[in-house]
Amino acid sequence: MQFDSTQLIPVLPEISLLTLACVVLVVDLFIREEQRIISYGISQVGLILTLLITILVSQPTTQILFDGSYIRDPMSDLLKVGILLITFLAFLYAKDYLRDRGLFKGEFYTLGLFAVLGMMIMTSANSFLTIYLGLELLALCLYALVAFNRNSPQGAEAAMKYFVLGALASGMLLYGISMIYGATGTLRFDELAQVVDKGDMNQLVMIFGVVFLVIGLAFKLGAVPFHMWVPDVYHGAPTAVTLFIGSAPKIAAFALAMRLLVDGLADLHGGWEGWQGMLIILAVLSMGIGNLIAIAQTNIKRMLAYSTISHVGFILLGILAGTKEGYTAAMFYTLVYALMSAGGFGVVIALSRKGFEAENLDDFKGLNQRNPWFAGMMLLLMFSMAGVPPTVGFFAKLFVLDAVVSVDLTWLALVGVFFSIIGAFYYIRVIKIMYFDKPTDESPITVGMDTQVVLSLNGLAMLFLGLFPAGLLSLCSNAIGN
Amino acid sequence: MIADWPILSLTVWLPIIGGFMVLASGDREANATKWTALTIAVLTFIVSLPLWFAFDSTTAQMQFVERVPWVPAFNVEYYMGIDGISMPLIILTTFITPLVVIAGWEVIKFRPSQYMAAFLIMEGVMVGVFSALDAMLFYVFWEAMLIPMFLIIGVWGGENRVYATIKFFLYTFFGSVFMLVALIYMYFQSGSFDILGFHTLKLGLTEQILIFIAFLMAFAVKVPMWPVHTWLPDAHVEAPTGGSVILAAIMLKIGGYGFLRFSLPITPDASHTLDWLIIGMSLIAVVYIGFVALIQQDMKKLIAYSSIAHMGFVTLGFFIIFIINQNNAGSGAALGVQGGMVQMVSHGFISAALFLCVGVLYDRLHSRQINDYGGVVNTMPIFAAFMVFFAMANAGLPGTSGFVGEFMVILASFRADFWYAFLAATTLIIGAAYTLWMVKRVIFGEVTNEGVATLKDMNNREFIVLGTLAAAVLLLGLWPAPLVEVMDASVNNLLQHISVSKL
Repeated sequence: MQFDSTQLIPVLPEISLLTLACVVLVVDLFIREEQRIISYGISQVGLILTLLITILVSQPTTQILFDGSYIRDPMSDLLKVGILLITFLAFLYAKDYLRDRGLFKGEFYTLGLFAVLGMMIMTSANSFLTIYLGLELLALCLYALVAFNRNSPQGAEAAMKYFVLGALASGMLLYGISMIYGATGTLRFDELAQVVDKGDMNQLVMIFGVVFLVIGLAFKLGAVPFHMWVPDVYHGAPTAVTLFIGSAPKIAAFALAMRLLVDGLADLHGGWEGWQGMLIILAVLSMGIGNLIAIAQTNIKRMLAYSTISHVGFILLGILAGTKEGYTAAMFYTLVYALMSAGGFGVVIALSRKGFEAENLDDFKGLNQRNPWFAGMMLLLMFSMAGVPPTVGFFAKLFVLDAVVSVDLTWLALVGVFFSIIGAFYYIRVIKIMYFDKPTDESPITVGMDTQVVLSLNGLAMLFLGLFPAGLLSLCSNAIGN
Repeated sequence: MIADWPILSLTVWLPIIGGFMVLASGDREANATKWTALTIAVLTFIVSLPLWFAFDSTTAQMQFVERVPWVPAFNVEYYMGIDGISMPLIILTTFITPLVVIAGWEVIKFRPSQYMAAFLIMEGVMVGVFSALDAMLFYVFWEAMLIPMFLIIGVWGGENRVYATIKFFLYTFFGSVFMLVALIYMYFQSGSFDILGFHTLKLGLTEQILIFIAFLMAFAVKVPMWPVHTWLPDAHVEAPTGGSVILAAIMLKIGGYGFLRFSLPITPDASHTLDWLIIGMSLIAVVYIGFVALIQQDMKKLIAYSSIAHMGFVTLGFFIIFIINQNNAGSGAALGVQGGMVQMVSHGFISAALFLCVGVLYDRLHSRQINDYGGVVNTMPIFAAFMVFFAMANAGLPGTSGFVGEFMVILASFRADFWYAFLAATTLIIGAAYTLWMVKRVIFGEVTNEGVATLKDMNNREFIVLGTLAAAVLLLGLWPAPLVEVMDASVNNLLQHISVSKL
């Protein structure tokens, strides 16, 4: 293997992030408890720096490096920017929450940054090996983060469940990978695509491998029927961690699906024998079960967990269309969803305070009387999740439906809109609780200025992107390429 | 040229941006906020007037057109324009909104800024619905309308408001998402979301029928037609007065407008094939819902049911045309559509006025039950005069606008089939029965209880609002020609378009 130092330029974002994580790890050792804000500051500045580097090294061409195990293309650039930005938001919202609960530790940032590194590696993987490395790096950090509050039995339980099920999913994925390797003799996605194109492989083994691959993927995405871990993890983890798990890793999971299914196995797409059929089943079940069970929830974190499951169904709809428009729509949906989810949990965090978790829907009662501004932001976020115009959530759904109808799956679009009606019910119930009910808890809502400003921007972004969706859409479209 | 100015955009965005300003100003200076809201509402009305005066009624072309790309990747455009069908409804919207703002002046104590802002934003969005010529733009406005109305009913409504508003939201949302799929389907057939492009799109009969049904679900819920009308009485009863007024006067018209802009021209053959369905549903609304109105104890519910019956006339007028065309009854078809349109505008005035009348009583005694009143004329003579006048108009008294639309539709029905006309004409009896019986029980007779005895007559604010509406009802009743002329070219163009099969 030749080594050329210019090969390092495209991986500069990863290098910068790795350095950053190590710096935080070391610096945090030497600072006192009350100076913990320094770790936070370094992390945030570092994230922004990495973001800038990502934008600097981005270019419209595709580069494949390190003997074909790494790829840098417009899609990875955009997704990385998304991941970094959402992580920045998540850290910012989390700060006060962690401090109030005695969880303001350097480990949160170290683990978080390593998780981001894992996500970036997944996004840029060009072989099964790389993608698996990234995935495990991300997963291990998240297991630890879920159990971050050592004194919480719920957290420990959730982490345990997450770990066991996650390990199982990784096993499935690895098994699928080994099958595919056996059938084709390659781990690289671009070579895999060529082999599949020629049809020069054992079909039975190949299909077997793809099934396991999709199962592993569905586990990571949290699609029904592999969704069991999602509500427990969302509920059990500290809200700050839920916020992080519920937002940025969704973008990475989308990248995972794109790399595995589209880069590697695009030719096995068609019909019920290919992965399209499997995704149709996953998508319909996810939208159905996610939306239906969410109605029964009284805990907002669990409700948002089921809502995530239903949104994953919609993202799968875009991917299974198998066209450029479909991938663009799914990408748009994923980025928008990550933003919505971050905002939604951001409001949950903003309402919580020392010794009180605003976890139940009843804690939102009369929010419009207590704080009309936050109520307004939550209103925008909820309508956006429900897909009501003029918020951006509508356009996300519209583009996906467009893609599905364009490949003559109109019935699937009808199923999709049918379940969005059911979904609308529990989102507007949140609004009902905020606006129509009398507050039971009159204590003032104290939120730091930084959170207030960013949360407002986050909420207003729903409206702004809804009025002007063309910009983000063309970014996604360029990122998908041809 | 005034027609080159972006008047439509101004009429849409002025109230929306104004609404957000009102929202931001908060409730500390409640009075200033109300005045700002009123100024914006009146200003919007003034801004919208050129749409009427500079309107060229000799052509069916779209006027005041504005067209810029919005989402180029999907060929979605910010494309607005009006013809003789949408223009009167826009003026109706901008005319009613200031009255609603005035009507809520002293009554709304809880967060008046949010209340006013909701109505202003709603105004802009509704004008947007009427003026959108791009299907996606239309859909965005159409759905966006739900948000303020949902809040208006839910926050300022009566006791059972939460049930009513969620029912309202889910019913309308349910109706409209299937329309979305139909629109997307047509986008892939025609390559853009241009509504006028949809008009000329060739579609097979099965496709047309499916699309027609998708539209029907959206518009029938909005109108509302029997049997999907059940949300309306709940929503009306629980909504604050202003909410009821906007709901009855304008939002219901959006359903009727949808039939004219989408169902009839896009799927003419399906409309023809299924006209028996719509005519049947309309006649059931006219007759059966009329009887239902008769037994209501709650004044608002009674007016709500009467609204459903009156809107039945509108849909009857729109779909009777196919039978008239079969009979070769010449201009009868135009009469049906124009009658439906006049009925929509007229019902906008009358139902608004009646809801405001109930509001006047409710503000004083906090009851909408007919039994709690009686002999109001003794304590509130001026109010009684107005209420009787509007009730007469609701019953279709000649000389009021209520007569014109009903008469035109009945005339058109006669050219189609005697029995349709017979059933439709029963409304003149049933309508008179339920409205006048309510008036008799509420207004006339002896003063029945202490509450009524303490009533004070209308103040200036209420007088201005009802007086304006009374003038409008009378004007349209005595001299409907301008309204009919304005829509003439567009209606004839529409009929010509429908008469050509797409198959």
